[in-house]
Amino acid sequence: MKVNLVVNGKHATVDADPAMPLLYALRDDLGLNNPKFGCGRAQCGACTVHVNGVPTRSCVTPVGSTAGKNVTTMSGLGTAEKPHPVQAAFIAEQVPQCGYCLNGWVMTAAALLRDNPTPSDAQIRTALAGLKCRCGTHMAILRAVKRAVTMIA
Amino acid sequence: MDPFTIARRDFLKTSGALVVTLSLPAAVTTALSQSAGGKPPLTPDQLDSWIAVLPNGNVTAYFGKMDMGQGVDVAIAQMVAEELDVAFERVEVVMGDTLLTCNQGGASGSTGIQFGGIALRNAAAEARRLLVERGAERLAVPADQLSVDNGVIMVTGNPRQKVTYGELIGGQYFQSTLDWNKRYGNPLAVKGKAQPKQPSEYKVVGKSFPQKIIAEKVMGRLQYITDVKVEGMLHARVIRPPTAGCGPVSVDESSIKSIPGARAVRVKEFIAVVAPREWDAVRAAEMLKVTWAPPCTPFPTMETLHDHIRKAKSIGGETPINKGDVEAALKGAHRVIEAEYEWPLQSHASMGPACAIADIKSDSGMLFTGSQKPHYGRNGCSKLTGVPLEKMHAKWIPGPGSYGRNDAGDASHDAALISKLVGRPVRLQYMRHDGTAWDPKGPAGVYRARAGLDAEGNVIAYDFFAKGFSRQDVSQIENDPKDTLAGQLTGYAPKATILFQTPAEKYEFANKRCGWECVGPLLDRVSPLRTGHFRDPLGAETHFASESFIDEIAHGTGADPVEFRLKYLKDPRHVAIVKAAADKAGWTPRSNPDRGKGDDMTGRGFSYTERNGTLVAVVCEVEVNRKTGRVWAKKFTVAHDCGQIINPAGLRIVIEGNVLQATSRTLFEEVQFDADRVKSVDWATYPILEIADAPQAIDIVLINRPEVAPSGGGEPSTRTVPAAIANAIFDATGVRLRKVPLTPQRMKEALRA
Repeated sequence: MKVNLVVNGKHATVDADPAMPLLYALRDDLGLNNPKFGCGRAQCGACTVHVNGVPTRSCVTPVGSTAGKNVTTMSGLGTAEKPHPVQAAFIAEQVPQCGYCLNGWVMTAAALLRDNPTPSDAQIRTALAGLKCRCGTHMAILRAVKRAVTMIA
Repeated sequence: MDPFTIARRDFLKTSGALVVTLSLPAAVTTALSQSAGGKPPLTPDQLDSWIAVLPNGNVTAYFGKMDMGQGVDVAIAQMVAEELDVAFERVEVVMGDTLLTCNQGGASGSTGIQFGGIALRNAAAEARRLLVERGAERLAVPADQLSVDNGVIMVTGNPRQKVTYGELIGGQYFQSTLDWNKRYGNPLAVKGKAQPKQPSEYKVVGKSFPQKIIAEKVMGRLQYITDVKVEGMLHARVIRPPTAGCGPVSVDESSIKSIPGARAVRVKEFIAVVAPREWDAVRAAEMLKVTWAPPCTPFPTMETLHDHIRKAKSIGGETPINKGDVEAALKGAHRVIEAEYEWPLQSHASMGPACAIADIKSDSGMLFTGSQKPHYGRNGCSKLTGVPLEKMHAKWIPGPGSYGRNDAGDASHDAALISKLVGRPVRLQYMRHDGTAWDPKGPAGVYRARAGLDAEGNVIAYDFFAKGFSRQDVSQIENDPKDTLAGQLTGYAPKATILFQTPAEKYEFANKRCGWECVGPLLDRVSPLRTGHFRDPLGAETHFASESFIDEIAHGTGADPVEFRLKYLKDPRHVAIVKAAADKAGWTPRSNPDRGKGDDMTGRGFSYTERNGTLVAVVCEVEVNRKTGRVWAKKFTVAHDCGQIINPAGLRIVIEGNVLQATSRTLFEEVQFDADRVKSVDWATYPILEIADAPQAIDIVLINRPEVAPSGGGEPSTRTVPAAIANAIFDATGVRLRKVPLTPQRMKEALRA
């Protein structure tokens, strides 16, 4: 089945089993490698993309359900010249170690700051619940999100 | 042995067709394509195996270890830039390619700087010496009248008389040798005629530099091992036994015939599926019908695991510390304090399950791996597939986190075997359950400690005994198929190395004995509960017990935990580390706190350890909720002394990671299993720390000792954390938890008791 969607601002067509998760369409059919396979069970966040602006676990989202929708991946969030404030803050704070978890933290934090530009520490922790980082970079993540808040302000 | 016969330039010519999405760094290509003269062999005694100067004067350093995300490559670039007197930005570090780097042991034991960096430092110093020698000839001025600034050699007092590194040697080989100790792996050491700089001369070492690769990661541009694509590759998934100890009786390939291009491959007990499309490989793995037999129940229950360890026959042990007469001193003691501690099996649970890409032909092989030991993986895959070692090329690509011998060491061999079987390049991606259930586990153990006190409360006897699974049911290096699942499933018998550990500290008790025994693996064949190296192998485990027990002795004698430690420590660096953490945390002796009537009880705990020359002391402050049993490790103060510090900001980030991962292991992590299988298959069944549980603050005190050779920072602060938490819990609640993980359930039960 052909599924038409918009990915990082460009029209794309994927010819695939509509039950196939969006993650495989992005990585294998559209060559957008940056969302990662972490668990396939929506438990870690490594595959997170925005679907119509909502942080979504692409590993359990059937590609058929995204027809006509806008999908943004972390590589489409900002550009090298103009990174998203969350990305700029993650770079400045030197957050990632292996970096495999980043899609979850960056895409979720970007949505949080769009909806609430001045979150408290508790609100940040709540918004980022359910995301995993095995290298233990949580302290730097918290610093980076707070830095992004000051950059947006 | 680590022989090479493929010339680097031949490799460049032949490998281009295979790799679609990968290329060598431009700097490497430039250096090698412009080289004149014969190419020296890639052996450690050749300076060209370590350092290349490009025509523009930039420098490439060939590092035979690699960075797992902590930025050790940044420190290596600093050390090389320092010795060569070039700007940090002009040094590129190439890692993890078996055709470009010598086998320095891969990422291993926090030795990236301690051993790996010293080799690069010595090589860079020698390169500078040779360059200055050539500069002296070119400028017709004695070498001692020359100075170097950012790769420009100039006459002292006449800076217009100058020549650059690039002009002298850019694009050519040094063709010079180093003294080499004829070892490979971690012990590899090389030295030239040059003496490295004195620390007082440092301009780059000791300063903070960021990781450039982080921007690539954050912008979603970095290619990971999971992103490597090779022309004509098939996607593969493995099929592991559903219960431990059973094997396949039959495989019904017709069960996947509806999936386009899908097929099953089997050798003995090894089963995999391949398909041209990844999603089809995932579906085929789910749909393939396999009959397994016999049913068996090789494991104890989780509840009886530690009793099993207590009762199991020892397969070997050691008593490395045995000072005085502990038994006699215990007999004569006024009082004896005893305690026993338990640590569970734990999973690396890397952020993503492993992935590897292999193209095994009849006479050559190419392997892309995320394993931290690509040189050894190349060796193992050569043995497994029959491809001659000199024709097997392995290249490390950053993967989803690595903290020891994780599932990446198995994935490379699985991929190589499948590629050989199907005659095509293969991309093997493990599923989450393959990674969590089947990675080698951090070993479980039982730790028994006794202390004898005299009438005044002085410790006159100290006895510490560990018993558990070896840290090496499978080796930490995948050098041999027997240490991999692919090997063990196709007829290589596993053979454990018997290895455990005792506490690393310097308490000077008059009579002191520390020993260990190993028990055999739970299953003498391929096993999801085989044990292997996991971040600071046995460090967290052993020192949870030993530093909890020190706290118990201190409490038992009515002493302050810091004062108690200082009473028995004499080595000045050990004394200093304890004082540094205590001072920073504002530690003052006090009796048990008023625990208050609110829901949250607060307390503080202390712990100190050594690891291969690195000293760490930790103060942890906790909140324990009376009603829920939740423990929040709210604040850590960490004092860290690893000798000479290369990159302070990088080191701080690494310490934070250690503290968080160790907190996760202490509070949350335990592999679930029952008699016939591992039940931890994902994050729901193997929970780790979430951001709600991250501390409010981590204060870090770095003690820099430029005159002391650098030791490791990658792991040592892991082992200090668990006891600091447990000791803080005791301070907060008056209750001692001796079984990890320190879960809310266990906390509540202990508070009720």
